[in-house]
Amino acid sequence: MSGGDAAGRLVRPFTLTGGRTRPDRSDFSLITTVSAVDPPPAWGVRTQPEHARILRLCEKPIAVAELAAHLDLPMSVVTIMLCDLLAADRITVHPPRPVSGTPDMDLLQKVRDGLGRL
Amino acid sequence: MAGSDATVNGTPAQGTSVQGAAARETSAPDTVKILIAGGFGVGKTTMVGSVSEIVPLRTEERLTSAGLGVDDLHGIAEKQATTVALDFGRITIGRDLVLYLFGTPGQQRFWFMWNDLAIGALGAVVLIDVRRPKSSFAAIDFFERRGIPFVIGVNGFHGQHPYTPEEIRDALALPEGTQVLLCDARERESSRDVLIALLDQLIAASAKASAS
Repeated sequence: MSGGDAAGRLVRPFTLTGGRTRPDRSDFSLITTVSAVDPPPAWGVRTQPEHARILRLCEKPIAVAELAAHLDLPMSVVTIMLCDLLAADRITVHPPRPVSGTPDMDLLQKVRDGLGRL
Repeated sequence: MAGSDATVNGTPAQGTSVQGAAARETSAPDTVKILIAGGFGVGKTTMVGSVSEIVPLRTEERLTSAGLGVDDLHGIAEKQATTVALDFGRITIGRDLVLYLFGTPGQQRFWFMWNDLAIGALGAVVLIDVRRPKSSFAAIDFFERRGIPFVIGVNGFHGQHPYTPEEIRDALALPEGTQVLLCDARERESSRDVLIALLDQLIAASAKASAS
């Protein structure tokens, strides 16, 4: 439906993920924040160059969407690699603020005030 | 995310199985997001860029239509997935809170896949181009049906506004109480004011909910 173009461009990135096409975890949303564990655990796992790039980019906390944009890779590919890094204890994951239902007033007021300062 | 039933019924699934990792995390800021929706070429990325502290970034997200019941409506077999480009920007609210703005895909044919994007959003701005308001109908319909709070931003072509908010509200048959704001997506203050109007609406709703 979206044509062959998107599929064609995805072929190469997926070779980075060992052929897997789905993350084993659904914990990585666009605005989930990830941070490299410092120092890395003594028992290293094999890190591909792309894994190493991710670890460098998330030395400071960074949202997954930003990570994907900087890596120029689709979200779906980046999340798979983040799963690997999480499984290897190389990163920590900070989920977004939950806002289902009615978000709390403090949060809304904080965002409102922040926008007011722009 | 992709294919997860837990994410299509409005319940965020994030963070359920990584609580151990999250508990060790100390310095990462909380993140929230607002969607900037509307028809193709209506100025979504322009609005993101005018208020963002970074040049808008682009990423590709895989969206699925799983469990939305669109099969009956459109004769689409099983669930569908597609990859769409998203433009987004960032506003640091404070040391511990960051707001992300996501421009949703303009292509109308993907509207039924926005659920993945809408999960966890505070609300949305639906941008309208007065020269072709119909191109934003799908976005209005989407947020209305799902009860996601939104405001209408009327993006004037070259900043021109030939219609009043009331005229636009009538012409679009918008639900009562929907805020219609005339704006210029190229202007930082103008885009900021649209976002502030959305937050004021959310705050009012939250106050009402906690009072009842």
